[in-house]
Amino acid sequence: MNVPAELKYTASHEWVRKEADGAVTIGITDFAQEALGDVVFVELPEVGRKVAAEEACAVVESVKAASDIYAPVAGVVTATNDALKDAPEGINADAYAAWMFRIKPDDAGALDALLTAEAYKQNVAAQK
Amino acid sequence: MLKRTPLYDTHVAAGARMVDFGGWEMPVNYGSQIEEHHAVRRDAGMFDVSHMCPVDVNGADAKRFLRYLVANNVDKLTVAGKALYTTMLNEAGGCVDDLIIYFFADDRYRIVVNAGTAEKDLEWIEAARAARGFHPTITPRRDLAMIAVQGPNARAKFWQVQPQTRAATEPLGAFFAADLGALFVARTGYTGEDGFEVMVPAGQAPVLWRSLAAAGVAPCGLGARDTLRLEAGMNLYGQDMDESVSPLESGLGWTVDLSGEREFIGRAALERAKAAGNLRKLVGLRLIDKGVLRAHQTVETSRGPGEITSGTFSPTLQASIALARVPGAVAFGETLKVDLRGRAAQVQVVKYPFVRQGKALV
Repeated sequence: MNVPAELKYTASHEWVRKEADGAVTIGITDFAQEALGDVVFVELPEVGRKVAAEEACAVVESVKAASDIYAPVAGVVTATNDALKDAPEGINADAYAAWMFRIKPDDAGALDALLTAEAYKQNVAAQK
Repeated sequence: MLKRTPLYDTHVAAGARMVDFGGWEMPVNYGSQIEEHHAVRRDAGMFDVSHMCPVDVNGADAKRFLRYLVANNVDKLTVAGKALYTTMLNEAGGCVDDLIIYFFADDRYRIVVNAGTAEKDLEWIEAARAARGFHPTITPRRDLAMIAVQGPNARAKFWQVQPQTRAATEPLGAFFAADLGALFVARTGYTGEDGFEVMVPAGQAPVLWRSLAAAGVAPCGLGARDTLRLEAGMNLYGQDMDESVSPLESGLGWTVDLSGEREFIGRAALERAKAAGNLRKLVGLRLIDKGVLRAHQTVETSRGPGEITSGTFSPTLQASIALARVPGAVAFGETLKVDLRGRAAQVQVVKYPFVRQGKALV
Protein backbone atom coordinates (compact mmCIF):
# COMPACT_ATOMS: atom_id res chain seq x y z
CA MET A 1 0.00 0.00 0.00
CA ASN A 2 1.38 3.36 -1.10
CA VAL A 3 1.17 5.94 1.73
CA PRO A 4 3.65 8.82 1.21
CA ALA A 5 5.24 9.80 4.52
CA GLU A 6 5.14 13.57 3.85
CA LEU A 7 1.31 13.76 3.60
CA LYS A 8 -1.41 13.90 6.25
CA TYR A 9 -4.50 11.68 6.15
CA THR A 10 -8.08 11.30 7.35
CA ALA A 11 -9.87 8.20 8.56
CA SER A 12 -12.21 8.65 5.58
CA HIS A 13 -9.27 8.06 3.18
CA GLU A 14 -8.44 11.58 1.98
CA TRP A 15 -4.80 12.64 1.70
CA VAL A 16 -3.89 16.24 2.60
CA ARG A 17 -0.82 18.21 1.53
CA LYS A 18 0.17 21.56 2.99
CA GLU A 19 1.24 24.07 0.31
CA ALA A 20 3.77 26.90 0.69
CA ASP A 21 0.99 29.53 0.62
CA GLY A 22 -0.82 27.93 3.55
CA ALA A 23 -3.54 26.27 1.44
CA VAL A 24 -4.06 22.50 1.66
CA THR A 25 -4.51 20.17 -1.32
CA ILE A 26 -6.86 17.18 -1.01
CA GLY A 27 -7.24 13.91 -2.88
CA ILE A 28 -8.14 10.28 -2.11
CA THR A 29 -5.59 7.69 -1.05
CA ASP A 30 -4.23 4.82 -3.07
CA PHE A 31 -6.08 2.45 -0.74
CA ALA A 32 -9.35 4.30 -1.46
CA GLN A 33 -8.95 4.23 -5.25
CA GLU A 34 -8.14 0.54 -5.14
CA ALA A 35 -11.22 -0.19 -3.02
CA LEU A 36 -13.47 1.91 -5.25
CA GLY A 37 -12.28 0.39 -8.52
CA ASP A 38 -12.42 2.22 -11.84
CA VAL A 39 -13.42 5.84 -11.27
CA VAL A 40 -15.84 7.09 -13.94
CA PHE A 41 -17.14 10.41 -12.61
CA VAL A 42 -15.98 13.14 -10.24
CA GLU A 43 -18.06 15.98 -8.81
CA LEU A 44 -16.00 18.87 -7.41
CA PRO A 45 -17.00 21.79 -5.13
CA GLU A 46 -17.45 25.35 -6.40
CA VAL A 47 -14.44 27.60 -5.90
CA GLY A 48 -15.29 30.07 -3.12
CA ARG A 49 -17.52 27.61 -1.22
CA LYS A 50 -17.13 27.71 2.54
CA VAL A 51 -16.85 24.22 4.01
CA ALA A 52 -16.92 22.87 7.54
CA ALA A 53 -14.51 20.18 8.71
CA GLU A 54 -15.84 16.72 7.75
CA GLU A 55 -18.46 18.25 5.43
CA ALA A 56 -19.13 16.23 2.27
CA CYS A 57 -18.07 18.50 -0.59
CA ALA A 58 -17.11 16.24 -3.52
CA VAL A 59 -18.15 12.88 -4.95
CA VAL A 60 -16.14 10.12 -6.58
CA GLU A 61 -18.21 7.59 -8.53
CA SER A 62 -16.66 4.32 -9.60
CA VAL A 63 -18.26 1.49 -11.55
CA LYS A 64 -19.11 -0.01 -8.17
CA ALA A 65 -20.30 2.84 -5.96
CA ALA A 66 -20.56 6.53 -5.21
CA SER A 67 -18.37 7.84 -2.44
CA ASP A 68 -18.51 11.23 -0.67
CA ILE A 69 -15.26 13.12 -0.19
CA TYR A 70 -15.01 15.18 2.98
CA ALA A 71 -13.25 18.46 3.74
CA PRO A 72 -10.46 17.52 6.17
CA VAL A 73 -10.46 21.02 7.70
CA ALA A 74 -12.81 24.02 7.75
CA GLY A 75 -12.06 26.77 5.23
CA VAL A 76 -12.77 28.13 1.76
CA VAL A 77 -12.31 26.19 -1.50
CA THR A 78 -9.69 28.06 -3.55
CA ALA A 79 -9.12 25.73 -6.53
CA THR A 80 -10.36 22.51 -8.14
CA ASN A 81 -8.64 20.07 -10.48
CA ASP A 82 -11.03 20.36 -13.44
CA ALA A 83 -8.89 17.98 -15.53
CA LEU A 84 -10.52 15.17 -13.52
CA LYS A 85 -13.92 15.98 -15.05
CA ASP A 86 -12.73 14.71 -18.43
CA ALA A 87 -10.23 12.16 -17.15
CA PRO A 88 -11.51 10.78 -13.82
CA GLU A 89 -9.44 7.61 -14.38
CA GLY A 90 -6.41 9.71 -13.40
CA ILE A 91 -7.35 8.90 -9.80
CA ASN A 92 -6.75 5.20 -10.48
CA ALA A 93 -3.53 5.88 -12.37
CA ASP A 94 -1.93 7.94 -9.57
CA ALA A 95 -4.09 8.85 -6.59
CA TYR A 96 -1.49 11.25 -5.18
CA ALA A 97 -0.97 13.17 -8.43
CA ALA A 98 -4.74 13.42 -9.07
CA TRP A 99 -5.56 16.11 -6.52
CA MET A 100 -9.23 17.11 -6.28
CA PHE A 101 -9.50 20.52 -4.58
CA ARG A 102 -7.66 23.04 -2.41
CA ILE A 103 -8.87 24.69 0.78
CA LYS A 104 -7.55 27.76 2.57
CA PRO A 105 -8.01 26.63 6.18
CA ASP A 106 -9.71 28.91 8.72
CA ASP A 107 -7.21 27.68 11.29
CA ALA A 108 -3.71 26.83 10.10
CA GLY A 109 -3.25 24.61 13.14
CA ALA A 110 -6.20 22.36 12.22
CA LEU A 111 -3.87 20.21 10.13
CA ASP A 112 -2.09 18.97 13.22
CA ALA A 113 -5.18 16.97 14.21
CA LEU A 114 -5.02 14.86 11.04
CA LEU A 115 -3.46 11.40 10.83
CA THR A 116 0.22 10.85 10.08
CA ALA A 117 1.13 8.31 7.39
CA GLU A 118 1.95 5.80 10.11
CA ALA A 119 -1.36 6.34 11.91
CA TYR A 120 -3.30 6.07 8.63
CA LYS A 121 -1.59 2.76 7.80
CA GLN A 122 -2.57 1.39 11.20
CA ASN A 123 -6.09 2.67 10.70
CA VAL A 124 -6.42 0.83 7.40
CA ALA A 125 -4.89 -2.34 8.81
CA ALA A 126 -7.43 -2.28 11.64
CA GLN A 127 -10.30 -2.03 9.10
CA LYS A 128 -9.16 -5.07 7.14
CA MET B 1 -18.10 -18.79 6.79
CA LEU B 2 -18.22 -17.91 3.10
CA LYS B 3 -18.28 -20.72 0.56
CA ARG B 4 -15.44 -21.06 -1.94
CA THR B 5 -15.36 -22.48 -5.46
CA PRO B 6 -12.69 -24.93 -6.69
CA LEU B 7 -11.00 -21.91 -8.33
CA TYR B 8 -10.65 -19.88 -5.12
CA ASP B 9 -6.89 -20.44 -4.78
CA THR B 10 -6.40 -19.67 -8.48
CA HIS B 11 -8.15 -16.30 -8.07
CA VAL B 12 -6.18 -15.35 -4.96
CA ALA B 13 -2.89 -16.31 -6.63
CA ALA B 14 -3.84 -14.05 -9.57
CA GLY B 15 -4.31 -11.09 -7.21
CA ALA B 16 -8.11 -10.98 -7.43
CA ARG B 17 -10.07 -8.74 -5.11
CA MET B 18 -12.46 -11.15 -3.35
CA VAL B 19 -15.93 -10.16 -2.09
CA ASP B 20 -19.01 -11.79 -0.58
CA PHE B 21 -21.53 -12.56 -3.31
CA GLY B 22 -24.62 -14.46 -2.16
CA GLY B 23 -22.61 -16.21 0.56
CA TRP B 24 -19.71 -17.04 -1.78
CA GLU B 25 -16.23 -15.55 -1.70
CA MET B 26 -15.85 -14.52 -5.34
CA PRO B 27 -13.47 -12.36 -7.43
CA VAL B 28 -14.98 -8.93 -8.16
CA ASN B 29 -12.01 -7.90 -10.32
CA TYR B 30 -8.37 -8.80 -10.94
CA GLY B 31 -7.27 -5.26 -11.84
CA SER B 32 -9.33 -2.82 -13.88
CA GLN B 33 -12.96 -3.91 -14.12
CA ILE B 34 -13.39 -1.76 -17.24
CA GLU B 35 -10.48 -3.49 -18.98
CA GLU B 36 -12.04 -6.86 -18.15
CA HIS B 37 -15.33 -5.62 -19.62
CA HIS B 38 -13.63 -4.53 -22.85
CA ALA B 39 -11.75 -7.85 -23.08
CA VAL B 40 -15.10 -9.65 -23.31
CA ARG B 41 -16.60 -7.19 -25.82
CA ARG B 42 -13.50 -7.15 -28.04
CA ASP B 43 -11.68 -10.47 -27.57
CA ALA B 44 -12.28 -13.11 -24.89
CA GLY B 45 -12.71 -13.22 -21.14
CA MET B 46 -13.69 -15.87 -18.59
CA PHE B 47 -15.69 -15.97 -15.38
CA ASP B 48 -15.76 -18.46 -12.56
CA VAL B 49 -19.47 -19.18 -12.20
CA SER B 50 -19.02 -22.32 -10.10
CA HIS B 51 -21.11 -20.73 -7.36
CA MET B 52 -24.16 -21.36 -9.54
CA CYS B 53 -25.66 -24.79 -9.00
CA PRO B 54 -26.35 -27.36 -11.73
CA VAL B 55 -29.16 -29.75 -10.76
CA ASP B 56 -29.92 -32.90 -12.73
CA VAL B 57 -33.61 -33.79 -13.02
CA ASN B 58 -33.97 -37.32 -14.32
CA GLY B 59 -36.73 -39.92 -14.50
CA ALA B 60 -39.85 -41.01 -16.32
CA ASP B 61 -41.95 -38.06 -15.16
CA ALA B 62 -39.19 -35.41 -15.27
CA LYS B 63 -40.92 -33.64 -18.13
CA ARG B 64 -44.33 -33.60 -16.45
CA PHE B 65 -42.73 -32.28 -13.28
CA LEU B 66 -40.91 -29.42 -15.06
CA ARG B 67 -44.10 -28.50 -16.93
CA TYR B 68 -45.64 -27.94 -13.50
CA LEU B 69 -42.59 -26.36 -11.82
CA VAL B 70 -41.67 -23.44 -14.13
CA ALA B 71 -43.44 -20.63 -16.02
CA ASN B 72 -41.94 -21.36 -19.43
CA ASN B 73 -42.97 -24.61 -21.11
CA VAL B 74 -40.45 -27.44 -21.51
CA ASP B 75 -42.68 -28.79 -24.30
CA LYS B 76 -40.76 -26.29 -26.45
CA LEU B 77 -37.66 -28.45 -25.93
CA THR B 78 -37.67 -31.17 -28.58
CA VAL B 79 -34.09 -31.26 -29.87
CA ALA B 80 -31.41 -32.80 -27.64
CA GLY B 81 -29.10 -30.15 -26.18
CA LYS B 82 -31.58 -27.27 -26.49
CA ALA B 83 -31.79 -24.84 -23.56
CA LEU B 84 -34.72 -22.81 -22.23
CA TYR B 85 -34.63 -19.72 -20.00
CA THR B 86 -37.44 -19.50 -17.47
CA THR B 87 -38.57 -18.26 -14.10
CA MET B 88 -39.80 -20.49 -11.28
CA LEU B 89 -42.73 -18.82 -9.51
CA ASN B 90 -44.45 -18.96 -6.15
CA GLU B 91 -48.24 -19.21 -5.88
CA ALA B 92 -48.47 -15.39 -5.84
CA GLY B 93 -46.67 -15.23 -9.19
CA GLY B 94 -43.43 -13.84 -7.68
CA CYS B 95 -40.07 -15.14 -8.87
CA VAL B 96 -38.48 -17.80 -6.66
CA ASP B 97 -35.56 -17.78 -9.12
CA ASP B 98 -34.64 -17.61 -12.79
CA LEU B 99 -32.89 -20.57 -14.36
CA ILE B 100 -31.79 -22.33 -17.50
CA ILE B 101 -33.07 -25.79 -18.35
CA TYR B 102 -30.99 -27.97 -20.68
CA PHE B 103 -32.88 -30.78 -22.38
CA PHE B 104 -31.37 -34.10 -23.38
CA ALA B 105 -34.36 -36.42 -23.37
CA ASP B 106 -37.86 -36.41 -21.87
CA ASP B 107 -36.39 -38.17 -18.85
CA ARG B 108 -33.11 -36.24 -18.68
CA TYR B 109 -32.73 -32.52 -17.95
CA ARG B 110 -30.13 -30.35 -16.29
CA ILE B 111 -31.14 -27.04 -14.73
CA VAL B 112 -28.81 -24.31 -13.46
CA VAL B 113 -29.96 -22.10 -10.58
CA ASN B 114 -28.46 -19.01 -8.94
CA ALA B 115 -25.87 -19.23 -6.18
CA GLY B 116 -27.58 -17.24 -3.47
CA THR B 117 -30.91 -19.00 -4.00
CA ALA B 118 -29.69 -22.56 -4.55
CA GLU B 119 -30.61 -23.97 -1.13
CA LYS B 120 -34.00 -22.25 -1.13
CA ASP B 121 -34.61 -23.50 -4.69
CA LEU B 122 -33.78 -27.10 -3.83
CA GLU B 123 -36.24 -27.00 -0.91
CA TRP B 124 -38.86 -25.39 -3.14
CA ILE B 125 -38.34 -27.98 -5.89
CA GLU B 126 -38.54 -30.86 -3.42
CA ALA B 127 -41.72 -29.44 -1.85
CA ALA B 128 -43.32 -29.01 -5.29
CA ARG B 129 -42.33 -32.57 -6.22
CA ALA B 130 -43.70 -34.06 -3.01
CA ALA B 131 -46.93 -32.04 -3.08
CA ARG B 132 -47.95 -33.51 -6.43
CA GLY B 133 -46.34 -36.93 -6.05
CA PHE B 134 -43.85 -36.63 -8.91
CA HIS B 135 -40.92 -39.06 -8.82
CA PRO B 136 -37.91 -37.65 -10.70
CA THR B 137 -34.50 -37.91 -9.06
CA ILE B 138 -33.20 -34.43 -8.25
CA THR B 139 -29.41 -34.29 -7.94
CA PRO B 140 -27.47 -31.11 -7.16
CA ARG B 141 -24.11 -31.29 -8.92
CA ARG B 142 -21.75 -29.51 -6.55
CA ASP B 143 -19.05 -31.85 -7.94
CA LEU B 144 -18.99 -29.67 -11.08
CA ALA B 145 -17.22 -26.35 -11.56
CA MET B 146 -18.45 -23.92 -14.19
CA ILE B 147 -16.41 -21.50 -16.33
CA ALA B 148 -18.05 -19.02 -18.72
CA VAL B 149 -15.75 -18.19 -21.67
CA GLN B 150 -17.22 -15.17 -23.45
CA GLY B 151 -16.35 -12.81 -26.28
CA PRO B 152 -16.01 -12.75 -30.07
CA ASN B 153 -12.86 -14.92 -29.87
CA ALA B 154 -14.00 -17.06 -26.95
CA ARG B 155 -14.91 -20.19 -28.88
CA ALA B 156 -11.71 -20.15 -30.96
CA LYS B 157 -9.57 -19.81 -27.84
CA PHE B 158 -11.49 -22.55 -26.07
CA TRP B 159 -10.90 -24.91 -29.00
CA GLN B 160 -7.22 -23.99 -28.94
CA VAL B 161 -6.93 -25.53 -25.46
CA GLN B 162 -9.64 -28.20 -25.87
CA PRO B 163 -9.23 -29.22 -29.53
CA GLN B 164 -10.95 -32.57 -28.98
CA THR B 165 -14.24 -30.76 -28.25
CA ARG B 166 -14.35 -28.82 -31.48
CA ALA B 167 -16.13 -31.35 -33.69
CA ALA B 168 -18.99 -31.69 -31.20
CA THR B 169 -19.28 -28.03 -30.18
CA GLU B 170 -18.70 -26.10 -33.41
CA PRO B 171 -22.14 -27.03 -34.81
CA LEU B 172 -23.91 -25.86 -31.61
CA GLY B 173 -26.38 -23.06 -32.26
CA ALA B 174 -27.13 -20.37 -29.73
CA PHE B 175 -28.75 -21.82 -26.61
CA PHE B 176 -27.64 -25.38 -27.36
CA ALA B 177 -25.37 -27.61 -25.27
CA ALA B 178 -23.32 -30.77 -25.79
CA ASP B 179 -22.72 -33.27 -23.01
CA LEU B 180 -19.26 -34.69 -23.74
CA GLY B 181 -18.92 -36.80 -20.63
CA ALA B 182 -16.18 -35.09 -18.63
CA LEU B 183 -17.06 -31.72 -20.17
CA PHE B 184 -20.46 -30.12 -20.64
CA VAL B 185 -20.28 -27.27 -23.15
CA ALA B 186 -23.18 -24.86 -23.73
CA ARG B 187 -23.36 -21.97 -26.16
CA THR B 188 -24.94 -19.75 -23.54
CA GLY B 189 -23.78 -16.85 -21.41
CA TYR B 190 -24.66 -13.69 -19.54
CA THR B 191 -22.72 -11.04 -21.45
CA GLY B 192 -24.44 -10.47 -24.80
CA GLU B 193 -21.42 -11.96 -26.56
CA ASP B 194 -20.82 -15.31 -28.22
CA GLY B 195 -19.09 -17.99 -26.17
CA PHE B 196 -19.48 -21.10 -24.05
CA GLU B 197 -20.43 -21.97 -20.52
CA VAL B 198 -18.39 -25.04 -19.62
CA MET B 199 -19.02 -27.46 -16.76
CA VAL B 200 -16.05 -29.53 -15.68
CA PRO B 201 -15.30 -31.84 -12.72
CA ALA B 202 -14.21 -29.59 -9.86
CA GLY B 203 -10.70 -31.04 -9.66
CA GLN B 204 -10.00 -30.23 -13.31
CA ALA B 205 -11.19 -26.63 -13.15
CA PRO B 206 -7.89 -24.96 -12.13
CA VAL B 207 -5.98 -26.62 -14.99
CA LEU B 208 -8.64 -25.60 -17.53
CA TRP B 209 -8.69 -22.03 -16.15
CA ARG B 210 -4.90 -21.71 -16.35
CA SER B 211 -4.73 -23.14 -19.86
CA LEU B 212 -7.40 -20.69 -21.04
CA ALA B 213 -5.48 -17.82 -19.41
CA ALA B 214 -2.33 -18.98 -21.22
CA ALA B 215 -4.29 -18.89 -24.50
CA GLY B 216 -5.10 -15.22 -23.90
CA VAL B 217 -8.53 -15.46 -22.27
CA ALA B 218 -8.69 -12.64 -19.69
CA PRO B 219 -9.80 -13.60 -16.16
CA CYS B 220 -12.81 -11.39 -15.34
CA GLY B 221 -14.60 -10.78 -12.07
CA LEU B 222 -18.20 -10.34 -11.07
CA GLY B 223 -17.85 -6.56 -11.51
CA ALA B 224 -17.39 -6.88 -15.27
CA ARG B 225 -20.01 -9.64 -15.36
CA ASP B 226 -22.52 -7.15 -13.96
CA THR B 227 -21.74 -4.31 -16.40
CA LEU B 228 -21.77 -6.77 -19.32
CA ARG B 229 -25.12 -8.32 -18.41
CA LEU B 230 -26.68 -4.92 -17.80
CA GLU B 231 -25.50 -3.64 -21.20
CA ALA B 232 -26.95 -6.87 -22.65
CA GLY B 233 -30.27 -6.13 -20.90
CA MET B 234 -30.28 -9.32 -18.86
CA ASN B 235 -32.00 -9.44 -15.49
CA LEU B 236 -30.15 -10.15 -12.25
CA TYR B 237 -32.15 -12.13 -9.72
CA GLY B 238 -32.55 -10.34 -6.40
CA GLN B 239 -32.13 -6.98 -8.09
CA ASP B 240 -34.39 -6.76 -11.16
CA MET B 241 -36.86 -9.33 -9.86
CA ASP B 242 -37.49 -11.34 -6.70
CA GLU B 243 -40.24 -13.19 -4.85
CA SER B 244 -42.31 -10.02 -4.50
CA VAL B 245 -42.62 -9.24 -8.21
CA SER B 246 -43.92 -11.18 -11.19
CA PRO B 247 -42.03 -11.85 -14.42
CA LEU B 248 -44.74 -9.82 -16.20
CA GLU B 249 -43.46 -6.71 -14.44
CA SER B 250 -39.79 -7.68 -14.84
CA GLY B 251 -39.40 -7.65 -18.61
CA LEU B 252 -39.77 -11.43 -18.63
CA GLY B 253 -43.26 -11.81 -20.09
CA TRP B 254 -41.61 -13.49 -23.09
CA THR B 255 -40.47 -16.35 -20.85
CA VAL B 256 -43.98 -17.05 -19.50
CA ASP B 257 -46.07 -19.48 -21.51
CA LEU B 258 -49.78 -19.00 -20.82
CA SER B 259 -50.92 -20.81 -23.96
CA GLY B 260 -53.04 -23.93 -23.58
CA GLU B 261 -54.30 -25.36 -20.31
CA ARG B 262 -50.97 -26.32 -18.74
CA GLU B 263 -51.08 -25.95 -14.98
CA PHE B 264 -47.93 -24.45 -13.43
CA ILE B 265 -47.18 -22.87 -10.08
CA GLY B 266 -48.10 -19.19 -10.17
CA ARG B 267 -50.23 -19.36 -13.31
CA ALA B 268 -53.49 -18.37 -11.61
CA ALA B 269 -51.86 -15.32 -10.02
CA LEU B 270 -50.35 -14.22 -13.36
CA GLU B 271 -53.72 -14.52 -15.09
CA ARG B 272 -55.40 -12.47 -12.35
CA ALA B 273 -52.68 -9.80 -12.63
CA LYS B 274 -53.04 -9.70 -16.40
CA ALA B 275 -56.82 -9.36 -16.17
CA ALA B 276 -56.53 -6.60 -13.58
CA GLY B 277 -54.18 -4.69 -15.91
CA ASN B 278 -52.20 -1.61 -14.91
CA LEU B 279 -48.97 -3.63 -14.83
CA ARG B 280 -45.67 -1.88 -14.34
CA LYS B 281 -42.91 -2.62 -16.80
CA LEU B 282 -39.14 -2.80 -16.95
CA VAL B 283 -37.52 -0.23 -19.26
CA GLY B 284 -34.01 0.88 -20.06
CA LEU B 285 -32.76 4.31 -19.00
CA ARG B 286 -29.85 6.26 -20.39
CA LEU B 287 -28.53 9.13 -18.30
CA ILE B 288 -28.35 12.37 -20.29
CA ASP B 289 -26.64 14.36 -17.53
CA LYS B 290 -23.37 13.46 -15.82
CA GLY B 291 -23.22 10.93 -13.00
CA VAL B 292 -24.01 7.28 -12.44
CA LEU B 293 -27.47 5.74 -11.99
CA ARG B 294 -27.72 3.24 -9.12
CA ALA B 295 -30.24 0.65 -7.93
CA HIS B 296 -33.11 1.95 -5.75
CA GLN B 297 -33.00 5.53 -7.03
CA THR B 298 -36.46 6.95 -7.68
CA VAL B 299 -37.64 7.73 -11.21
CA GLU B 300 -40.21 10.53 -11.44
CA THR B 301 -42.94 10.19 -14.05
CA SER B 302 -46.24 12.02 -14.50
CA ARG B 303 -47.97 8.65 -13.91
CA GLY B 304 -46.36 7.95 -10.55
CA PRO B 305 -42.92 7.00 -9.36
CA GLY B 306 -40.73 4.22 -10.68
CA GLU B 307 -37.56 2.69 -9.30
CA ILE B 308 -34.19 1.81 -10.75
CA THR B 309 -33.54 -1.90 -10.23
CA SER B 310 -29.97 -1.98 -11.65
CA GLY B 311 -27.78 0.94 -12.63
CA THR B 312 -24.17 1.30 -13.65
CA PHE B 313 -21.68 3.04 -15.88
CA SER B 314 -21.58 1.40 -19.30
CA PRO B 315 -17.97 1.07 -20.46
CA THR B 316 -19.10 0.45 -24.05
CA LEU B 317 -21.43 3.48 -24.26
CA GLN B 318 -19.32 5.66 -21.92
CA ALA B 319 -22.55 6.73 -20.24
CA SER B 320 -24.62 5.58 -17.34
CA ILE B 321 -27.46 3.11 -18.03
CA ALA B 322 -30.08 1.44 -15.89
CA LEU B 323 -33.06 -0.88 -15.79
CA ALA B 324 -36.07 0.62 -14.03
CA ARG B 325 -39.56 -0.57 -13.10
CA VAL B 326 -41.99 2.18 -14.09
CA PRO B 327 -45.75 2.63 -14.66
CA GLY B 328 -46.89 0.79 -17.77
CA ALA B 329 -47.92 3.96 -19.63
CA VAL B 330 -44.35 5.30 -19.78
CA ALA B 331 -43.25 5.33 -23.43
CA PHE B 332 -39.88 4.87 -25.11
CA GLY B 333 -38.18 8.13 -26.01
CA GLU B 334 -39.64 10.03 -23.05
CA THR B 335 -37.37 12.11 -20.86
CA LEU B 336 -37.78 11.49 -17.13
CA LYS B 337 -36.05 12.68 -13.98
CA VAL B 338 -34.10 10.56 -11.52
CA ASP B 339 -33.15 11.65 -8.02
CA LEU B 340 -29.37 11.32 -8.25
CA ARG B 341 -28.15 11.84 -4.71
CA GLY B 342 -30.34 14.90 -4.24
CA ARG B 343 -29.88 16.24 -7.77
CA ALA B 344 -32.63 15.90 -10.42
CA ALA B 345 -30.89 14.29 -13.41
CA GLN B 346 -32.45 13.75 -16.83
CA VAL B 347 -32.75 10.25 -18.30
CA GLN B 348 -34.15 9.00 -21.57
CA VAL B 349 -36.36 5.91 -21.68
CA VAL B 350 -34.83 3.45 -24.14
CA LYS B 351 -35.34 -0.11 -25.29
CA TYR B 352 -32.82 -2.65 -24.08
CA PRO B 353 -30.48 -4.49 -24.75
CA PHE B 354 -28.16 -1.50 -24.81
CA VAL B 355 -25.29 -3.46 -26.40
CA ARG B 356 -25.12 -6.77 -28.26
CA GLN B 357 -22.11 -8.48 -29.81
CA GLY B 358 -19.88 -5.46 -29.35
CA LYS B 359 -22.34 -3.00 -30.93
CA ALA B 360 -24.15 -0.12 -29.22
CA LEU B 361 -27.92 -0.31 -29.84
CA VAL B 362 -29.04 2.89 -28.10
